Amino acid sequence: MEKPNSYRAGPDRDGRFGKFGGRFVAETLTPLVLALAEEYDRAKKDPDFHRELEYYLKHYVGRPSPLYYAERLTEHVRATAATGKGAKIYFKRDELNHTGAHKINNCMGQILLARRMGKTRIIAETGAGQHGVATATVAARFGLPCVVYMGATDVERQKPNVFRMKLLGAEVRPVASGRATLKDAMNEALRDWVTNVADTFYIIGTAAGPHPYPMMVRDFQSVIGREAKAQMREAEGRLPDAIMACIGGGSNAIGLFHPFLDDPGVEIIGVEAAGLGLDTGEHAASLSGGRPGVLHGNRTYLLQDEDGQIKEAHSISAGLDYPGVGPEHAWLHETGRVKYVSATDREALEAFQLCAALEGIIPALEPAHALARAVEKAAEMDADQILLMNMCGRGDKDIFTVMDLLGDDDAPR
Amino acid sequence: MKPVSRLAARFDALAREGRAGFVPFVMAGDPDYETSLALLKALPAAGADAIELGVCFTDPMADGPAIQAAGLRALKAGQTLRRTLALVRSFREEDDQTPIVLMGYYNPFHAYGVEAFVKDARAAGVDGLIVVDLPPEEDAELRLPARAAGLDFIRLATPTTDAARMPAVLKNASGFVYYVSVAGVTGAKTGEAGAVAEAAARLKAASGLPVAVGFGIKTAEKAAEFARVVDAVVVGSALVERLAAALDADPGRPDNAINPVLSLARDLGGAVRAARGA
Repeated sequence: MEKPNSYRAGPDRDGRFGKFGGRFVAETLTPLVLALAEEYDRAKKDPDFHRELEYYLKHYVGRPSPLYYAERLTEHVRATAATGKGAKIYFKRDELNHTGAHKINNCMGQILLARRMGKTRIIAETGAGQHGVATATVAARFGLPCVVYMGATDVERQKPNVFRMKLLGAEVRPVASGRATLKDAMNEALRDWVTNVADTFYIIGTAAGPHPYPMMVRDFQSVIGREAKAQMREAEGRLPDAIMACIGGGSNAIGLFHPFLDDPGVEIIGVEAAGLGLDTGEHAASLSGGRPGVLHGNRTYLLQDEDGQIKEAHSISAGLDYPGVGPEHAWLHETGRVKYVSATDREALEAFQLCAALEGIIPALEPAHALARAVEKAAEMDADQILLMNMCGRGDKDIFTVMDLLGDDDAPR
Repeated sequence: MKPVSRLAARFDALAREGRAGFVPFVMAGDPDYETSLALLKALPAAGADAIELGVCFTDPMADGPAIQAAGLRALKAGQTLRRTLALVRSFREEDDQTPIVLMGYYNPFHAYGVEAFVKDARAAGVDGLIVVDLPPEEDAELRLPARAAGLDFIRLATPTTDAARMPAVLKNASGFVYYVSVAGVTGAKTGEAGAVAEAAARLKAASGLPVAVGFGIKTAEKAAEFARVVDAVVVGSALVERLAAALDADPGRPDNAINPVLSLARDLGGAVRAARGA
């Protein structure tokens, strides 16, 4: 594929990143996504919109999130790395945001848009519940009724978040179709939207869906990468040599990556969920194990069979348990600008424990996938190099899942 | 001379008879290939003027529970788009008149390969396509290749298709225009007859094509009401629900589920046929 002049120019006016993206929605929804794209364009040019968003990001979300040098983790890597190896590991600490993950960056942007458009009802889909919690939070803050669709399987494995959403006044509707996870929740949210076209704003949580969602979610999440860039210059006087993030749909990753795409000295690595292993078929790694197709409004890499039927994803992490990926990642994968690797359930679980023990930070299972590969990557890098990883969520929501897997009788290590 | 398509011929005949057409929807391969083929073959005699044949998909975002379940039954029985074309080929051995329109979501067509699909579909005897998640904005994907292969690509218009958008939707429309009577999923609410009549008249005037209406039409009364104001009435969920109920009642004998569906089709088709005389 020909190398573009900039990796940051997309999408085109049809919402395409190369051949990926687009607007593959039912006619009923098409006028709605067109109107949203128009309103978003207007908002982008409106200084008042930016001022309002910045105000809430600072005073409500708690931005900027810190950049943190993970010193003990770095020492741990260096202890077993070859002489002169072992990059400095930094975390971008988006797990410290209000509600415990990066998701609220995007929800805040979208709910301000919903208000501009005069919409009076909010819907969302959620996997791990982080996006559901963030949506319920902003809906409560602005006094709008909110319905969150969540796969019945996820309702079961993410109980603390379900309760949190209910406390925040949202109605959580369990979805029993399919494997009852994130994909099925998204189908049901789309069915709600197609039925309630006049008053409802659909806050999509990941950088996927019909145009303008992938672009819009990316823009709202890019605050992560913009801050990290400035903070890294301040801390180290230069940019990192490698940046890493986990990928389900890919919103935290595109948020970190996008501001760095045109910095050729920065190696960029996304980490998909390999579940039980890529060769078992039980995974959620659509870039490593899927092929291009069309689902949920966009062309992207999908886990699918010969007939184009979507396969169920599997991951220990409900937030990565999705058989597709944002279209911009599909494009970055094909252009080769970003390298996509994967980590298994087991590797993520080990990294989860390692981070808690060494840094006193309990990561969400999602960034634990990135951490598993980051530790390995850092060991291969020189000691004077820098690796930055997005700690996109905290693990409070996962402690019961992990407890079930490890047993709670005594500490695992 | 270009041969007249089965859809055009059928709508011409309906216009001459001065009545609306009845278009049942069934899911290809539901509950299994053999039963589905038998049902398909019996539909014209039960009053079907054209048939909408569902292409199963794991993620039917615009369908309600009845058609979701039908798709899952078909998938479980091993239905694929390739087998759906085989079903149409078998049907065509006995019936060369009744138009068949495939209705589904884009990904199975995409996975088949668009060029190969339109060629194979045409050869199998498919007349038109309705692809829910391909709005005019994505015309280059399948509509243009389908038209080049001689397949009609049916446009959907909905209550959200406003006057400003209408020309984009109707440009290059062919076969007929499918008016979705209400904003929603299949098998739920249905539109109010007055509003549907008005929309259908506008669509017909703007496109010069026949207008069919569907979504949420479940009773003979409702079908007849719409049959007075549009060119064809599509009924899907009600037939599929009847099939599901019959399968539940007699799980070991899918063949016994055919007659209850045909019986409902005859009621609905009869009501549509008689509507304008009433």
